[in-house]
Amino acid sequence: MSNVPQELKYTRSHEWVLAGDDGQVTVGITDHAQELLGDMVFIELPEIDHELSAGDECSVVESVKAASDIYAPVAGTIIAVNENLADAPELINEDPYGEGWMFRMQISDASQLDELMDAAAYEAIEEEE
Amino acid sequence: MPFIPHTEEETRLMLEAIGVRHIDELFDEIPADLINEKLDYVPPALDEAGIRRLSRKSADADGHYINFIGAGAYEHHIPAAVWQIATRGEFYSAYTPYQAEASQGTLQLLYEYQSMMASLTGMDVSNASLYEGASALAEAVLMAVRAQRRKQRILMPVSIHPAYRETTETIVKNQGISLSNIDYASESGTIDMSQLSDELGDDVAALVIPQPNYFGALEEVDALVDLAHKRGCLVIAVVNPLSLAILKAPGEWGENGADIVIGEGQSLGIPLSSGGPYFGFMCCTQKLVRQMPGRLIGRTVDADGKQGFTLTLQAREQHIRRSKATSNICTNQGLMVTAATLYMSLMGPAGMAQAAKLSHANTRMLVEKLTAIEGVEVAFNSPVFHECVLRINTDVDDLIRAITAQGIIAGKPLESDYEELKNCLLVCATELRTEAEMDDYALHLERIVSKR
Amino acid sequence: MTELIFEQSTAGRINNAQFLAGTPAIDDIPESLLRKKRPGLPEVSEMQAVRHYTRLSQLNFSIDTQFYPLGSCTMKHNPRICNEAAMYDGFSGRHPSAPDSTGQGVLSCLYDLQEILKDISGMSEVSLAPMAGAQGEFTGIAMIRAYHEARNDDAREEILVPDAAHGTNPATAVMCGYKVREIPTLDNGDVDIDALREAIGPQTAGLMLTNPSTLGVFETQITEIAELVHGAGGLLYYDGANMNAILGKVKPGEMGFDVIHLNLHKTFSTPHGGGGPGAGPVGVNERLVPFLPVPKIVESSGEYTLLDKKDCPQSIGRLSCFMGNTGILLRAWVYARLLGHDGMKRVADYATLNANYMKAKLEQAGFEMAYKTRRATHEFILTLKKEKAETGVTAMDFAKRLLDKGYHAPTTYFPLLVPECFLIEPTESESLEELDGFIKAMEEIQQEAIEQTEMVKSAPHSLPVRRLDDVRAARQLDVVWQEEQT
Repeated sequence: MSNVPQELKYTRSHEWVLAGDDGQVTVGITDHAQELLGDMVFIELPEIDHELSAGDECSVVESVKAASDIYAPVAGTIIAVNENLADAPELINEDPYGEGWMFRMQISDASQLDELMDAAAYEAIEEEE
Repeated sequence: MPFIPHTEEETRLMLEAIGVRHIDELFDEIPADLINEKLDYVPPALDEAGIRRLSRKSADADGHYINFIGAGAYEHHIPAAVWQIATRGEFYSAYTPYQAEASQGTLQLLYEYQSMMASLTGMDVSNASLYEGASALAEAVLMAVRAQRRKQRILMPVSIHPAYRETTETIVKNQGISLSNIDYASESGTIDMSQLSDELGDDVAALVIPQPNYFGALEEVDALVDLAHKRGCLVIAVVNPLSLAILKAPGEWGENGADIVIGEGQSLGIPLSSGGPYFGFMCCTQKLVRQMPGRLIGRTVDADGKQGFTLTLQAREQHIRRSKATSNICTNQGLMVTAATLYMSLMGPAGMAQAAKLSHANTRMLVEKLTAIEGVEVAFNSPVFHECVLRINTDVDDLIRAITAQGIIAGKPLESDYEELKNCLLVCATELRTEAEMDDYALHLERIVSKR
Repeated sequence: MTELIFEQSTAGRINNAQFLAGTPAIDDIPESLLRKKRPGLPEVSEMQAVRHYTRLSQLNFSIDTQFYPLGSCTMKHNPRICNEAAMYDGFSGRHPSAPDSTGQGVLSCLYDLQEILKDISGMSEVSLAPMAGAQGEFTGIAMIRAYHEARNDDAREEILVPDAAHGTNPATAVMCGYKVREIPTLDNGDVDIDALREAIGPQTAGLMLTNPSTLGVFETQITEIAELVHGAGGLLYYDGANMNAILGKVKPGEMGFDVIHLNLHKTFSTPHGGGGPGAGPVGVNERLVPFLPVPKIVESSGEYTLLDKKDCPQSIGRLSCFMGNTGILLRAWVYARLLGHDGMKRVADYATLNANYMKAKLEQAGFEMAYKTRRATHEFILTLKKEKAETGVTAMDFAKRLLDKGYHAPTTYFPLLVPECFLIEPTESESLEELDGFIKAMEEIQQEAIEQTEMVKSAPHSLPVRRLDDVRAARQLDVVWQEEQT
């Protein structure tokens, strides 16, 4: 059973979202997703200042045998990306909710977060798969 | 039956094992109205002696000509060992090295090929080859547009091979990419710098630089690269790989070198064969490696820590990325690259440089001999590698017909692609042409020109 | 381990036989355009090079040395005469831009091949220009686009592709500027026709279909599918990857396809060469003829000519600098003439017999077929899902262990729809003994999976290398040898 931290929000496409202060959110992929994809070999990150709508493709995670698009979970602007992933994509496998975070967004409308799933709902999705 | 080993008895046993009486029953899921075994055209089978006779007759009908023609495909010396080894069954009849452990021969060879091409072009990386030169240019254009994200315009000098420009147009036109012509300067036959400077706007993803260009002329590559880079535009170099044994490597052009290098690999040990199969090569900077189409071989280790080779960065490719792949390309030109790798190993840097220098010197000698004839002159004043445009005071099509009848292919007429180059002929003399052959050509040419 | 050719290099060693005589000067080229540093090519003797590459060749599996049942790849015997003929001087020495009059021999062979392909495919015209299956696909979809555009039918922006399709299909559609919509597959392997009906509409430019499909079964609803697509104004594209299954039996043109490509490196036995070159001719019905690529080979009173864009203004254009992979086309022509009229049909018969025999025997041995109720075509899929659940041994492990036993592995993990799958295609050229040998090897591995699980999971054990670290290969990219490393 994979790890699904209670304090995070989730999407159907296996991103997690951590709501911070001042309308900032941090995004990564879940433990379940990294297990499915296997050893990461390359992460293509979004450009800083890029404006995104919820559901936009914004980066790609690549393992040896698969490549998967990552979607913006909410609308907002990219304000930071995890530069460490360039040299150490394995951080996503080792610590998906910590060192393996992917990018931070500034969001204008915090109510969007309410539309995301909570841990219990995401666990139910995992069960289905 | 050709290439079917089954005896009647074996066929019977197999049908029995399946539980049917006749082979036709195996096709019982196909709607009956779709079965049509009638072939109207296909003739009865020939045996091997018969097909050998027929093939030889056709090949002999095409005969043997002395080539003073290049224009994208060149008759060079090919060491005998190249094709003897390349057609060993273990290379010839193997497939794409999906099972790496059972394909180390092909994989190591491709890694060596990539290393040779990267060194020859002065670039960081090379892929395992593309179909041929012209479509490789199209792939390079698509790659540059991907790398430059929102820029969609490519500058295509008119001094690039016309068939390369046509092929690129065919392949990229449905993706919203625009190809802008850049003229050549009429005296030099090389890229018109002032027009280029005007065209190099913010919307340009890449400039394509041919070296040598279609007219055989050498472009001012250093200045071109620096200008392009200053305007934030990538440089795609189109080069002849054999010329790189003596010409400056694209990786060293200007301050920072070209970004993508492509070209036709045929001059590295591949026979002319009426146009194919050849192979295209593609090299680039480390920064662009993930945008590169085609197969890529990497060196790694096995479970015991021993060196081994495998396909790598496959996630860019169509079998994983499907509609988001860098290209729909599925294979490389494995067999051709096997030959090219053998060619480069057998010739070595010295042998290749000698072949390149001899081709240059022979072309120079040919041009001297032909321009000594009244009514024949050099069209452009630039230095050339091993091809040159001649302007001839007679109808070039008639001339070609007359000289072909003498067993000589005189060159490539340019007028059908360049209106302004009426009665111009692109000629080439590789290291294989002898002085006697050149004299013979000159003799016939003189006779024809003087008739006017 | 075989040393790299670079590691056998000695500075200053020259292969004199290949160093052509002469003392050429290059004093008329400016210094700034010349190379200063020699390229890092190997400096070895002729014997060193010959020995090195002969040894490398011996590290390969190939059709000439092993049974190679790679599904969807049609690894049949490559007759040597095909290569011999293509290498005859008159063919191999001819310059592509020499006048057509000097190429009547080669053009007559290619024209004959064109006519043969028209006959077996039931199409109106064939072009030999595409250099591979993927380029054939590109050509076909580009023609579909040109057709709709010529009719000012501009709203068609979607290409439909079954989810079981080969990856080149969606990649090609995107290269031609189309969006891709995937159509699901039913449990019996046929296209979900209700889903298709739902997806099809005025936005549909065309549907790409392989028949028999990549699932190793014949799409029985093909006539209905063709009617649906045509009814909506779309065109039907045939991916000829599996033509070996129906050669001389069924003509794609008669199934309702408007445009097709054929893989000559599969059905017509041209060499795979370690991954190419191939050849992917396209065939079209009447309405797409004007859009065929150039150059086009035509015949008039026994004389053959190449037409270019000026002669064919509606053509999608050129696909390569010259006229495609001529030498490969010649090999296919030789093969086609060796098969002849009756041989064509025998191909499909015996390819199908071999596949169904293997399917029956493997089923008897306890392996699970993905589409049990269906006939195999020239290939079939088995799933090792049960073996994986019981022993932890995967399809990949089975594949690697087969290598130890001297058999090239079937296609693994394709199509993606079937878990732990093997796509097995024996081809018509394999004998009963060879098929039985493979079946026996599969039975042995089945036992080994239970009794010596770890041994199977760490296979291969008898090859030049053991399993390779793919993750390291991708993370620490080493694709070019650097002198400093040694």
